[in-house]
Amino acid sequence: MAVVEAESRASTPAAQRRGAAVDIVALRKVYGTGPVPIVALDDIDLRIAAGEFVCIVGPSGCGKSTLLRILAGLDHQTGGSFSVEAAGWAVENAMVFQESGLFPWMSVEANVRFGLMTRGVPEFEAADRVETALKLVGLTKFRRHYPHQLSGGMRQRSAIARAFVTDPGMLLMDEPFASLDAQNRVILQAELVRIWERTGKTVVYVTHSIEEALLLGDRTVVMTAQPGRIKQIIDVPFPHPRDLITLSASAEFGKLKLDIWRVLEDEVQRARAEMET
Amino acid sequence: MSGLSAKTRERLLYLISPIGLLLIWQILLMLGFGDRRFIPAPTDIAVRFWALVVSGELAEHVGVTLYRVFAGFFVGTVPAIVMGLLMAMFKPVRIFFDPLIAALFPIPKIALMPLLLLAFGFGDASKVALVAIAVFFPVIINTYVGAANIEKIYWDVAKNYGASQSVMFTRVVFFGALPMIFAGLRIALAVSFIVLVAAEFVASKNGIGYLIWNSWELLQVDIMFVGIVAVGILGLITSVLMQEIERKVIPWKADR
Repeated sequence: MAVVEAESRASTPAAQRRGAAVDIVALRKVYGTGPVPIVALDDIDLRIAAGEFVCIVGPSGCGKSTLLRILAGLDHQTGGSFSVEAAGWAVENAMVFQESGLFPWMSVEANVRFGLMTRGVPEFEAADRVETALKLVGLTKFRRHYPHQLSGGMRQRSAIARAFVTDPGMLLMDEPFASLDAQNRVILQAELVRIWERTGKTVVYVTHSIEEALLLGDRTVVMTAQPGRIKQIIDVPFPHPRDLITLSASAEFGKLKLDIWRVLEDEVQRARAEMET
Repeated sequence: MSGLSAKTRERLLYLISPIGLLLIWQILLMLGFGDRRFIPAPTDIAVRFWALVVSGELAEHVGVTLYRVFAGFFVGTVPAIVMGLLMAMFKPVRIFFDPLIAALFPIPKIALMPLLLLAFGFGDASKVALVAIAVFFPVIINTYVGAANIEKIYWDVAKNYGASQSVMFTRVVFFGALPMIFAGLRIALAVSFIVLVAAEFVASKNGIGYLIWNSWELLQVDIMFVGIVAVGILGLITSVLMQEIERKVIPWKADR
């Protein structure tokens, strides 16, 4: 089925395609059924437009990763529902994990190919798409390397290529650059934005960094901890295409960052107070 | 010595203790401590070893023993690996096999020899079966532990990227468990020689175990030692081979 879709969309120019649209209604996730169940997510309502880049920030333990895992189909909600409209895309979503999650026993190329192999994409087409994806992230020279032979940045690039190659309507990214050093993070952030601007995919990007959320996203969803709720949704006014370095040094950026930090600060304090009692 | 690399020199140092031991053994016997009819000197063993090599007798026994080890090893390890992976993937399989393994593993496998003679007769089949049973347990346990300890993120990745159960089995769980599987195979290799030589003592008319036992009954102590040395050499060669295979099959561990 994926093959047919892949062929039919080949005639559509990439710029005209918009990513998956997501509608989350009253989503709830509770861990444990004992006397003190942990409410990871409570009453989450969120609409994500097709092709939007949404960042989710919040203190650790606010359930932002859980939300992503539910959207990825790796976890199930306790209550509420969500729907994803991803017609015209080969697959609904692809996730990029915090630690790259590359299979150590596969070469970079085999890792990138994985999502095509599992879906039975024919060999010649897969080879083509893998080639394009490797070029996209600049890893064609390292295709035969194993993950342990790569730097952390190159591993995350491979993971991004692995996600893009399946042609998902939506990318789910769980703090993908958190373990990288500062320079590599900036480079990869810029590349991600560049690729996103070109492909029109929807991106849901989880991070604990306000700065990262404002740099990358169209909207920033601020979450509270325990129970994980949406505290505020902020429209990020900066237009695309963005120059991330210049943007991060601008006054408006600093002001917005401060605003969000004030919102988040209460939450961090409250979460800490709760932990200590 | 100066032309040798540091590594080669270190390897040569490893030979000091075994050669020293053999020298002491030889000198003591030459000085008249011990009866050379019952305790042959290393040189006596070497001479006899060479004689058996030239006559072709040793090759025959070695061939028989190697055939049984390899056949039994193959018959035992392949299903052990498959079952071990299935145990890690499917809980019902685990619930079914866990108690069986716990009950059967501690039984000394050589105690099954009479039963296997009854079932498979006096030929190679009974010995192959014994080796197969003996290697099954260390391999299935290692495979299961290896597969069960694969990091959760790899299961998540496989699921999110659309892996079917069969892809999961052949591309993820198998390779994830491979380092532990090889640890199991190394144990299994040693175990197969141990049980097979013991089985050949009583239930065979050929093989190295037979050679050792028969020469004991005829009081040909030097031939006995030839047999023991031969088993040691076979064990060493096969384990080096196994390490080479492991290096080839697990390239992602090799150059860490």
